[in-house]
Amino acid sequence: MKPAAFEYHAPRTLEEAVAVLARVAPEEGRVLAGGQTLVPAMALRLARPGHLVDINGVAGLDRIDVADGVVRIGACVRHAAVDAPGPMGRLMALMKRHIAHGPIRARGTFCGSLANADAASEWCLLAVAMDARVEVRSARGARILAVDDLLLGSMMTTLEPDEMIVAARIRLLPERARVGFHEFARRAGDFAQVMAVAVLGDDGPRLAIGSLEPRPRRLPEAEAALANDPVDLAAASRTAAAALLLPEEDAYLRALAETSVRRALEAAA
Amino acid sequence: MHDVTLCLNGDVHRIRVEARRTLLDAIREDCGATGTHAGCEHGVCGACTVLLDGEPVRSCLMFAVQADGRELRTVEGLAKDGVLHKLQQSFIDHHALQCGYCTPGFLMLAAGLIEADPDLSDAALIDGLSANLCRCTGYANIVAAVRAVLGRAPS
Amino acid sequence: MSAAGEKDYQASPSPRLAPGAGRVVGQRVTRLEDAPLVRGDGMFAADVSFPRQLAMRVVRSPIAHGRLLSIDTAAARALPGVHAVWTAADVADIPPIPFRATKVRGLEPYCQPILAAGRVRYAGEPLAVVFADDAYLAEDAADLVVPDIEELPPVLDATAEPAEFLPGHSTEPTVVRKEYGDVAAAFRDAHAIVELALSVGRHSGVPLETRGAIARYDASRDLLELHGAAKKQHWNRDEIARLLGRPPAGVHLFEGHVGGGFGVRGELYPEDLLVCLAALRLRRPVKWIEDRREHMVATNHSRQQHHRIRAAVDGQGRLLAIDDVFFHDQGGYVRTHGARVVDLAAGMLPGPYRLPAYRVAGHFRLTNKTPAATYRAPGRFETTFVRERVMDAIAARLGLDRVEVRRRNLVTPAEMPHARPLDTLGTAVVLDSGDYPGLLDTALDRFGWTALQADLARRRGAGECVGAGIGFFVEKSGLGPSDGVRIAVDKTGGVELISGAASVGQGVETVLAQICAEALGIDYRRVRVVRGRTDRIEFGNGAHASRVTVMSGSATYRAALAVRAMALETAAGLLQAAASELSIVDGHVVRLADPGAPLMPLGEVARHMGPDSALMVGRTPGLSAERWFHSAHMTYPYGVHLAVVRIDRGTGEVRVERYLVANDIGRAINPMLVEGQLAGGFVQGLGGALFEEFRYDETGQPLSTTFADYLIPTLAEVPPLDLIVSEQAPSPLNPLGVKGAGEGGTNGVGAAIASAVDDALRRPGAVVSLPILPRTVHALLRT
Repeated sequence: MKPAAFEYHAPRTLEEAVAVLARVAPEEGRVLAGGQTLVPAMALRLARPGHLVDINGVAGLDRIDVADGVVRIGACVRHAAVDAPGPMGRLMALMKRHIAHGPIRARGTFCGSLANADAASEWCLLAVAMDARVEVRSARGARILAVDDLLLGSMMTTLEPDEMIVAARIRLLPERARVGFHEFARRAGDFAQVMAVAVLGDDGPRLAIGSLEPRPRRLPEAEAALANDPVDLAAASRTAAAALLLPEEDAYLRALAETSVRRALEAAA
Repeated sequence: MHDVTLCLNGDVHRIRVEARRTLLDAIREDCGATGTHAGCEHGVCGACTVLLDGEPVRSCLMFAVQADGRELRTVEGLAKDGVLHKLQQSFIDHHALQCGYCTPGFLMLAAGLIEADPDLSDAALIDGLSANLCRCTGYANIVAAVRAVLGRAPS
Repeated sequence: MSAAGEKDYQASPSPRLAPGAGRVVGQRVTRLEDAPLVRGDGMFAADVSFPRQLAMRVVRSPIAHGRLLSIDTAAARALPGVHAVWTAADVADIPPIPFRATKVRGLEPYCQPILAAGRVRYAGEPLAVVFADDAYLAEDAADLVVPDIEELPPVLDATAEPAEFLPGHSTEPTVVRKEYGDVAAAFRDAHAIVELALSVGRHSGVPLETRGAIARYDASRDLLELHGAAKKQHWNRDEIARLLGRPPAGVHLFEGHVGGGFGVRGELYPEDLLVCLAALRLRRPVKWIEDRREHMVATNHSRQQHHRIRAAVDGQGRLLAIDDVFFHDQGGYVRTHGARVVDLAAGMLPGPYRLPAYRVAGHFRLTNKTPAATYRAPGRFETTFVRERVMDAIAARLGLDRVEVRRRNLVTPAEMPHARPLDTLGTAVVLDSGDYPGLLDTALDRFGWTALQADLARRRGAGECVGAGIGFFVEKSGLGPSDGVRIAVDKTGGVELISGAASVGQGVETVLAQICAEALGIDYRRVRVVRGRTDRIEFGNGAHASRVTVMSGSATYRAALAVRAMALETAAGLLQAAASELSIVDGHVVRLADPGAPLMPLGEVARHMGPDSALMVGRTPGLSAERWFHSAHMTYPYGVHLAVVRIDRGTGEVRVERYLVANDIGRAINPMLVEGQLAGGFVQGLGGALFEEFRYDETGQPLSTTFADYLIPTLAEVPPLDLIVSEQAPSPLNPLGVKGAGEGGTNGVGAAIASAVDDALRRPGAVVSLPILPRTVHALLRT
């Protein structure tokens, strides 16, 4: 379980980073941020990047900025450092406890989770729930993507090989908003079997679920049911579960969905 | 090949390694500090936990080049002037180890936890220590050992 | 060793160690092992390195079953830094790995070759080996080795009709049968018959340290050394010597620190022979360190069995007969244990109960998975689950309380020793001592069982899904036939204890030192224990089957008594006293009449017994003795497991809320270490009951190859655990009265948790397989 050989690049500026990335992208160049997913994949030789562009030395990427009701999380902000004012901060705190364990949370990054697009990623779920946007850079220029336009499926994104996520932007929640999160994993710190986010008291109920489908998704039918009848959490949870596309009509997974949405809602209520 | 300087337990090691050399292998093979152990080499078991600038990390999930110039502490750095660190002594007193293979990782994990927060809550302690795997002790004595260092009763 | 310098104290049976706690035996002293381990000064296999060493990397089969047509090694050989690449043709002169532990004949065609030849039989089977300058390069080269394998349909279900293994040999090499009593009559006359189909999943020891083997050939002394050894050094040494055509004295094995054994480590594996062969042929040290993914497919699996069991009972729920047919999923080859686990399962299934008639047929079946062998409480974790499921089923069938059914069937103290017309591991099953009902009562009382039932009823009334469960087990320990220990006192009063035992991290040094110190009258910290190496003692049976404290402990006791008698005799001459008036306290000879006044340090006595001493003219010098302990019978610890579980109706998750293990081991040399064994063993059992499983897909691809897929419990999954270390039933079979403590913590976990889950579900018999998965429980909640 020793990684295959690669060339290592440690740019000091963002411009340098995207320039290197542009150069090495055709030879399986990858960005190295926290490395807590990429390095195990390399140890197992499931990933064999020819180059790693280590962005940990790029100044400014580890910043969290709050402005105009939006929190901007830089590419090198670790899981443990993810934070925001108000209810959004509370929701982030609820979620990050479930991301692996302390030593992983000390290295892994929020934006790395988005770029990796694991179906069981808490941050992908949060981003989807909140319609987050990501700032993407390459030597060719910058673009801003809605997270729905970033995440394609399990471990698949629309990022081009020469692109990197520079930051993610998430709208803050008003003080009146109530947040809830539920996750079921086999052991502490394991990947979620199911997880759900509920935000109430904002511009309308927000519900999202992760782990069961190839990417997290909002649950508009359940949100509508809840808007219609804010008290009947059971009905909303059933509606949520019914909306999922599950392999072979798996009753257990659908029940997990219902349980998780219901508990996220109860936690937020 | 890369020239890397590791500051390991206060000693400077200038080593020359391939980019792919993990920090774990560099500590063990290039610096000769074999107290840090490989348990899974994919970041789950925590046997390779070291303190990087005071924070517990999995040394199997970093490359040595990434630690260039950083402060590293491993189990060999816990005892001072021949006197065991209070965690080491507490592990002995509470029979918190059997085979001892996971022990260096648990010691560094615990050291990082209690240095970061000497008033660590019990829940945070359990959550923090659940990061690492032990196959021998059943964990209870490890928790008791760390609790004792925090000045608390066994359970 | 000559007996000239000592009297033969062995001729008379050694006195039994007085019951109760001694000065150091029975005390919770800290371990001698710990200081280097907490400092990072341990010497585990990967910590062993030699100048000029090469790294070995094994190329493993990517498929479960097929014809190996060819292996292209050209690209790997061409890689700079690669010194050799071997396939089966290069090692054709090396016989396959032999058995050490079976009396079943006819298993030889099923032995594993050190590199696959002609057929591959499991994903992960060694196909080739690469030797290169370092481990990174070796892995690069291994990636370039390309096998051409014609896939064959894999056998993945041990209960299916046997297939062909080789022409003339089926995938069922043997059926282990045992029987006594009139089983047919019992079933004919039964008041009721219960019948169950039960499965135990494939899981195993999975120690935190993977395996490792480092061989070097010292041409100057014509010595082959193997480092990273464990468990069975002497047998492994003899076999390596035989297979490589060397005299045993020209091969030495060295056990350093061992990162957990649990049954799987220290068996003779292909890699052990490959590094030895390479060190001889390449004339350079060769180091192999298994990586974790390899470990999950290369090191022994265990446990997987399917039982079809019937029990006949009378109107009071008393067992009349058990008839069990089971299928043991052995995997691709028969390894060193032969059919041992099947034999143990068959021999130990009746457990603590009076059983008038018994018939068992254990079908030993080869499949295309990683080969299986022993894991902590082998054959007992499985059959305790099966037997205790049967007891719960009898209770449900007859409308009796689960505890009462057990109580009616337990062998009573008056029936001890209780001989069964059965054998296992080549020894007759004779339950040597025990108060089974007494320990059951103690455990139930400590757990608050009666009050617990009311509390659970109240919680159920409030909507919770909670239940309590019970499992009673009988262990076995102290497998003979023999072990020897040599104890020598030096002139500083330091003691060296050389043992043929091994240590896999459980505290062997401390326990042997305690026994030695107790008998000799010294501080246990003055005892330096040598174990796990073949160059210091000619024979040894190693560490397995919970045997060290019984066998090596008894030998230690005898040797220490002999040294003590020699010391007193010499001191008596020097002090002008009768030996019978003297004793040894804190390392000094004293008068019994005045034990507080040290007369002579033990080292001084040793000095007088040195080679230059006038006292020793005409005698073999040295204050030292070697003694042996032989045993034809095993000794049987026993105990009770009690569990409370809570089920999450939304997810099917089972959480164990609290747990108790009560284990009678006759005498605890060090209660702290015994509790450590029980606690650690329990968590391994918890893994097997709820989390751990080596899964395969329908093509035989292993799905549990990382620690993210193979779920070892973390601290967060472990409930509060209460332990009762009982010493009510000392073993009459050894001078210490001890029984092994290594496996009782694991043995009953599957049984007790299954019983508790049934109780929570309010459905007796609901659990039919381990591990108990959330999905299964969730389905049970809805049907």
